[in-house]
Amino acid sequence: MSTSLRINPIACTGHGMCAELLPEVIELDRWGYPVVVSPAIPRSLLEYARRAARACPTLALLVEEKAGKHR
Amino acid sequence: MTATRLLAGVADAAGLQDYERWYGPLPGPGGPPGRARSRSRSRRPERLIEIIEAAGLTGRGGAGFPAGRKMRSVAARPGRKAVVANGAEGEPASRKDRLLLTRLPHLVLDGITLAAAAVGADEAYLCAHGTDSGLLRRLGHAVAERQAAGLDPVPIRVTGIPARYVSSEQSSIVQYLNGGPGRPTFSPPRPHERGVNGKPTLVHNVETLAHMAMIARHGHRWFRGAGLPSAPGSMLVTVSGAVTRPGVYEIEMGTTAGEVIMLAGGPAERLQALLIGGYFGAWLPVEAAWPVPMTHAGLRAAGGALGAGIVIAFPAAACPIAETARVARYLAEESARQCGPCRLGLPALADALASLAFSGDQGGSADDIAALIPLVERRGACRHPDGAAQLARSLLTAFPADVHRHRWQGACDGVRRPPLLPLPR
Amino acid sequence: MSLDLHGPGLWYATRATGLVALLLLTVSVLLGILTAGRFATENWPRFLSQGLHRNTSLLVLAFLILHVGTTVVDTYTTIPLVAAFVPFASDYKAAWLSLGAVALDLLLALVATSLVRRRLGHGTWRRVHWLAYACWPVAVAHGLGIGTDRGAAWVLVLSMACVLAVLGTAGWRVITAARPGPTQ
Repeated sequence: MSTSLRINPIACTGHGMCAELLPEVIELDRWGYPVVVSPAIPRSLLEYARRAARACPTLALLVEEKAGKHR
Repeated sequence: MTATRLLAGVADAAGLQDYERWYGPLPGPGGPPGRARSRSRSRRPERLIEIIEAAGLTGRGGAGFPAGRKMRSVAARPGRKAVVANGAEGEPASRKDRLLLTRLPHLVLDGITLAAAAVGADEAYLCAHGTDSGLLRRLGHAVAERQAAGLDPVPIRVTGIPARYVSSEQSSIVQYLNGGPGRPTFSPPRPHERGVNGKPTLVHNVETLAHMAMIARHGHRWFRGAGLPSAPGSMLVTVSGAVTRPGVYEIEMGTTAGEVIMLAGGPAERLQALLIGGYFGAWLPVEAAWPVPMTHAGLRAAGGALGAGIVIAFPAAACPIAETARVARYLAEESARQCGPCRLGLPALADALASLAFSGDQGGSADDIAALIPLVERRGACRHPDGAAQLARSLLTAFPADVHRHRWQGACDGVRRPPLLPLPR
Repeated sequence: MSLDLHGPGLWYATRATGLVALLLLTVSVLLGILTAGRFATENWPRFLSQGLHRNTSLLVLAFLILHVGTTVVDTYTTIPLVAAFVPFASDYKAAWLSLGAVALDLLLALVATSLVRRRLGHGTWRRVHWLAYACWPVAVAHGLGIGTDRGAAWVLVLSMACVLAVLGTAGWRVITAARPGPTQ
């Protein structure tokens, strides 16, 4: 099971709450829009990522679960 | 080399009778040559998909995605489907779709009917720019001619869409057909999952559908008789810029860029570069570009992109930075303005390019260009900012000497030349 | 200790919980405006306005449960529970009481849609949330008009302060929204 972060760029209005709540993974560019430094979320940050997604005022931050590959 | 397959050396076959005389009537779906409209259609539709897959046809709209695989993914879904033929040529320097729709509309319409039968569609659309009323009218005539002859089981609706650069993107067209303004949408869902009226939708460039109509007549082995094993068939290219005979030419896949320039009569003046792939493509210095085969893989390996087969010959006496600055300004204005990084980043990129082109390196514009590229790339809902980023990046890579000269000595003489790269209005 | 259902005790409780609810609602509205206006300082991040706004709103609901409960249980007046939700379901100061019912209904809509925001989608949630600008003034009007404390000066002053705070903050919001910022 791997989890990754994705931003809906149409919904995003550059509010910046995600960068406050998940600074390890999200930074803001010069216009205040989020840049996801690395889309894969380590398990230790998963709950923080979900909280950041819940907080997004426009619901633009998405935490997506993908089925893992079987070896 | 040059191929006469799609174009078959025909000046004009817009009328149905002329067309059928030159190309022969369309066989039943999934059948190689034959006049019979097959009665047992139940197994036939999948046949076409197999044949297209065997032929190795890839999309001719710019992305180069395998056409058979696309059809299969749409056909595999439950329920009725929709087919959309994208003839809304958004790239200002491309003319091939317009040529096809004007001279050979029936080849495209055949392709639509074949695709609709193959995927199980009950809706079909042919899209062109809404401002082109003459073309839309002629296409309407062509559809009516076919209806009278009972040719298209699924009626094809000719639709005019907004003539904006981003409106010819696949998700924009689907949104427009669903009653929206015609702007790119966020996926999921992709059109092949849920598109027009909620149905799985197959969107193909008109040239791709034209090739399908040829493959249905002559078979996949015939298609593979031209081009390369890894890039079979032929394609249409639009050649412009400093060449003696600009225009649309049909070439075998894998023809080198240099051969394409010679096909168009050779350079009209000394060249410094080729812009291949249009404004979604990349600059390549002419020596590096000349031997590159016109395939997606070949151009990618050379640091460029094939796109929709646009080749612009760029003369040595013109300034690539100034031209790129003009194009960047156009791309910035054409942004759908839905995503912050594109809405804000493209104008900033255009400003920095203009500054470098006309005012030298005031305020570190060359560094700013390099800094802005990763800030706009892949940060929009569609690939519009990616195109601008790729163009700017290839400018810096292909013309380091010009960039250097502009930085330290200001604008070169080339900036005073009249603009070369075509832009609407 | 027995609960005097007829004496002034419950009445005081009703007034007190109502007043506190109004104060908290005012605070919630202020925090909501700050959140929408992207207010932030070095020590006050944006998620703080949003988090406090959500929690305060829930607290308002808690106090309203007490406010409605004490009103219904109070036998000095015969106000049925349904009057807390349906306007003109009681004869007691029908108009002013109804305002309270309207405010409560609006608040319930605001909270309910916010709890299922992700399922509703941002567009629908946002359109419903504009009702906050109707809910708050209706609540203020209910508090002033119901009349039981109109005479007390400190209640008037408190109400005035709430109104000024909201008007001031809303004014700030309008001004900052009109000024073109980097994300325009």
